[in-house]
Amino acid sequence: MDAKRYELNVQLAQMLKGGVIMDVTNVEQAKIGEEAGAVAVMALERVPADIRRDGGVARMSDPAMIAQIKQAVSIPVMAKARIGHFVEAQILEALKIDYIDESEVLTPADEECHIDKTRFAIPFVCGARNLGEALRRIAEGAAMIRTKGEAGTGNVVEAVRHMRTMNREIRQLAAMPVEEVTGFAKANGMPYELALKVKPLGRLPVVNFAAGGIATPADAALMMQLGCDGIFVGSGIFKSADPARRARAIVKATAYFNDPARVLEASMDLGEAMPGLEIASIPEEQRLAGRGW
Amino acid sequence: MSPVIPIRAPRAPEIGILDLQGGIQEHLDHLERLGIDARKIKTADALSDVAGLILPGGESTCIARLLAIFGLDQVILREVRRGMKLWGTCAGTILVAKTLVGEPAHLGLIDITVERNGFGSQLDSFAAEAVIPKVSPDPIPLTFIRAPKITHAGPGVEILLQIDDYIAAAESSDVLVTVFHPELTPCLALHHYFACKCGLIPQETGGPVLDPSWKTTSWTRLARLP
Repeated sequence: MDAKRYELNVQLAQMLKGGVIMDVTNVEQAKIGEEAGAVAVMALERVPADIRRDGGVARMSDPAMIAQIKQAVSIPVMAKARIGHFVEAQILEALKIDYIDESEVLTPADEECHIDKTRFAIPFVCGARNLGEALRRIAEGAAMIRTKGEAGTGNVVEAVRHMRTMNREIRQLAAMPVEEVTGFAKANGMPYELALKVKPLGRLPVVNFAAGGIATPADAALMMQLGCDGIFVGSGIFKSADPARRARAIVKATAYFNDPARVLEASMDLGEAMPGLEIASIPEEQRLAGRGW
Repeated sequence: MSPVIPIRAPRAPEIGILDLQGGIQEHLDHLERLGIDARKIKTADALSDVAGLILPGGESTCIARLLAIFGLDQVILREVRRGMKLWGTCAGTILVAKTLVGEPAHLGLIDITVERNGFGSQLDSFAAEAVIPKVSPDPIPLTFIRAPKITHAGPGVEILLQIDDYIAAAESSDVLVTVFHPELTPCLALHHYFACKCGLIPQETGGPVLDPSWKTTSWTRLARLP
């Protein structure tokens, strides 16, 4: 992708700021999401909670299903490719969706390499647990970053950890004299040039959304107050008792994240949230955030 | 909302940017570069006295939904009757159009027909350049991101820029629309033009067209971490 194409891809993500991107598994859910005010939908076969429950290998979704969803809504459509699976990415690009999520929610196809995203014209969003991981993905061509969180748990604790870690590292970087950046970048696995770029900006140079475990309007507002630019909700909507209502409520709380009265209003009478999972109860090898590096 | 007599209320010399979702900081950055007072607007109160309001790019379905839930759509209609000017960029164009292809309109404030997502997917987003004679004699960079197309302009609407089979910029006495994003380029000319329309800058002062100090990351200074 040339520099101008990359710029346009970063700018599409900028236009999603303050919005909610929802996981959907069929046309009906996509329409519910769009109607509720989603800024984009993520088309996938199973939401993360079901992937976690079913086990086995999780792959890119059936392109026919993604095509149907693309047909049914006018908002941007995203879809997931496995980490390192550049042919799944090629297929999604040929399908002309709007954004690819190179996602740890699917089973990684390559344990050493992520996709070389600079070879594509289509934009990519990638997950990160810390600043080094975010900058490595940007170096590979990601136009948007999201926290990894721990998808499919309905537990926001990992997303909070990842955002707080990124914020802390950015603050450290911003405050240090430039001669310390080399060592800091080395110790944290950051591409040096990108560390130098982040330093004066005091934030990531691209849009950074929260993802992984967001289940309530309060979770969404929490992540926004921590400095995220927008929200991904995976299982949180369609695994809850009243998806349409919860979807609208999370959209409201994300837009008015700094207004407790409105977040309160959004939190009323939503019915049951998705069942939550304690992170400690998940065996290490079943945690998704550790996939990719 | 009770009917309001369309009188011209006194207005603050400020431009508001609707702050519900989308490219808010980008517009704010451009207005600050021109030295124009600007405020982000989330509530009806904040909206009641600005000279002009920008409806930014974003997702029109999301912004329309939030406008309706909180009754801000009615407040915008009232304030336009009382003299507030409006500028819709990209999604904002969809919100102010009188006719949308295949779906009901939202604010219906300018007699144009708009086709949502008129070019295709993100892979069809593009950058171009054109002269808009009424805005500036110099070429203006144009950024189209999943842009809508204006396919028709009715009486009372002046076409500012026609490209191939679609209209990219137009205006009526109250409303300016651009389907492209000047706030995503170094170009300040459209913001200058809108400020003139709002009566905040005298028409004759020609502002700078391009700001060489603008960078693609300039918006981030207004979106720092807490």
